[in-house]
Amino acid sequence: MRISIEITYLVSSILFIYGIKMLSSPKTARKGNLYAAIGMFLAIAATLVDQNVLTYEWIIIGAIIGSLVGALLAFKTPMTGMPQMVGMLNGFGGGASTLVALSEYFKINPNYPVDQSLPFNLPIDQGIAMILSLLIGGVTFTGSMIAFGKLQGLVSGKVVKYPFQHPLNLILILVVLVAGVFVLMNPTSIPLVIIIVIISLVLGILLVLPIGGADMPVAISLLNSYSGLAGSTTGFVLGNNELIIAGALVGASGIILTNIMCKAMNRSLMNVVLGGWASAGSSGPAVEGASPKGDAKSVDAEELAMIFDVASKVVIVPGYGMAVAQAQHAVRDLMNILEAKGINVRFAIHPVAGRMPGHMNVLLAEANVPYDKLYAMEDINDDFPNVDIALIIGANDVVNPAARHDQKSPIFGMPILNVDYAKTVVINKRSLNVGYAGIDNELFFYPNALMYFGDARDSIVKLTHALKEA
Amino acid sequence: MDGLSFLMHIYVFVLAIFVGFELITKVPPTLHTPLMSGSNAISGITIVGAILSAGLEQFTISTILGLIAVIFAMINVIGGFLVTDRMLKMFKKK
Repeated sequence: MRISIEITYLVSSILFIYGIKMLSSPKTARKGNLYAAIGMFLAIAATLVDQNVLTYEWIIIGAIIGSLVGALLAFKTPMTGMPQMVGMLNGFGGGASTLVALSEYFKINPNYPVDQSLPFNLPIDQGIAMILSLLIGGVTFTGSMIAFGKLQGLVSGKVVKYPFQHPLNLILILVVLVAGVFVLMNPTSIPLVIIIVIISLVLGILLVLPIGGADMPVAISLLNSYSGLAGSTTGFVLGNNELIIAGALVGASGIILTNIMCKAMNRSLMNVVLGGWASAGSSGPAVEGASPKGDAKSVDAEELAMIFDVASKVVIVPGYGMAVAQAQHAVRDLMNILEAKGINVRFAIHPVAGRMPGHMNVLLAEANVPYDKLYAMEDINDDFPNVDIALIIGANDVVNPAARHDQKSPIFGMPILNVDYAKTVVINKRSLNVGYAGIDNELFFYPNALMYFGDARDSIVKLTHALKEA
Repeated sequence: MDGLSFLMHIYVFVLAIFVGFELITKVPPTLHTPLMSGSNAISGITIVGAILSAGLEQFTISTILGLIAVIFAMINVIGGFLVTDRMLKMFKKK
């Protein structure tokens, strides 16, 4: 029996690996996800026949509740709410790891301290894994809930500062480590284990609170990685290779995405985690002198329609503003009418556009925009000089040319979409206000720039109407 | 778990990290959101440990923790795979 369970775990691990491999192309991705799901089903089935599983009522109750909540979330969450959804799921993964590690700890002697006849035996390797699992899982759980709250608008999306931020977090981590060493030396110190859990939960809150809204892609990726590592540590506690493998895959995935996001903002992970940037920009004056203030030219839908009518190559640059206004369907309609007029339309996606990696791609896919029209930054940037109109919808910092030349700018060095090289740049935005980095965008005052003010959806609908009549 | 088997688990962990890096660098940016939700579902593999805890013969504090862990992990598994499928079926070529 034992051997067939282990073989099933092996098959399941292979299905996970193969499933992720198939995510390398949109053509095979859906099947890959199915393979991974089959792998999960096999792992669950194998565990259910494990000789240590003797009662089923609690498993069934838990599985029914979890499945209902999971299915409800999966079907009811709108595509614009995907960052929140993924944020929350990360948290449940981390929470489950903490609970399992804690449960394993209490299994050593369930009746301690009433019954002290059994030896309270916590091997050092398993103990280390348990403490790491409690720490990483706990941080992931509350950290993800804060990230969810920020994305859902329940918690301030701003950079939240609190006194003694860095020393406080450092002390808390040290306390966990010291308490961990004590637990290893004296496994019966149940209160210390509880303290480790509580501090880990508090740390999750304190670490994510300072991270601002536009840095969420980094935070979500990092928490994704943590949820995988928490699973791996649980695997070490249980001595189960499949948990270790699956957790490592997810951990690697999160780390790679975190790295991509940080590079796309030209910032170190430390800088994001410590909640920098926005504070650098808000002081302002260094940037003030550099930006050529003047009058931004503004246009209305009818004028804009005339400009579009004579264009032949258009690139649309979506940002978080498109997601907020839920303008993806309106943008698709605009694409259709432009294409009907024989105009070539492409989309340029900055890696950190939106609130999570790939956010814009999912929204546009929902609106039936074919994925082969979506271009990554490095694939389209050289082509902007040949573009007639670059239409920016609700993006700001990722198209700020100051990142290229202004060494004093806080975003200097960040890779941007070179929209200013297009013959005409149209910026759809609600106002001339600063973006997340808190700095002015000199692009608005460029001679080839036109401001098209208004809510993204309304404005794009109006433009589409005007184009129909033109 | 003796020291040697612990070392074998470290082996598996290190190799799996390398496999993960190899595979995930090949995922195109357009699929990064489904990659996150899909890998999220996979991290719900903690369900294995949760079942082992919730299915104990005696009802103890470990069973209660196991029950909550089953709920959490199941939300992760079902929610993760379903939402990933919902997203992936929208990705169409022209």
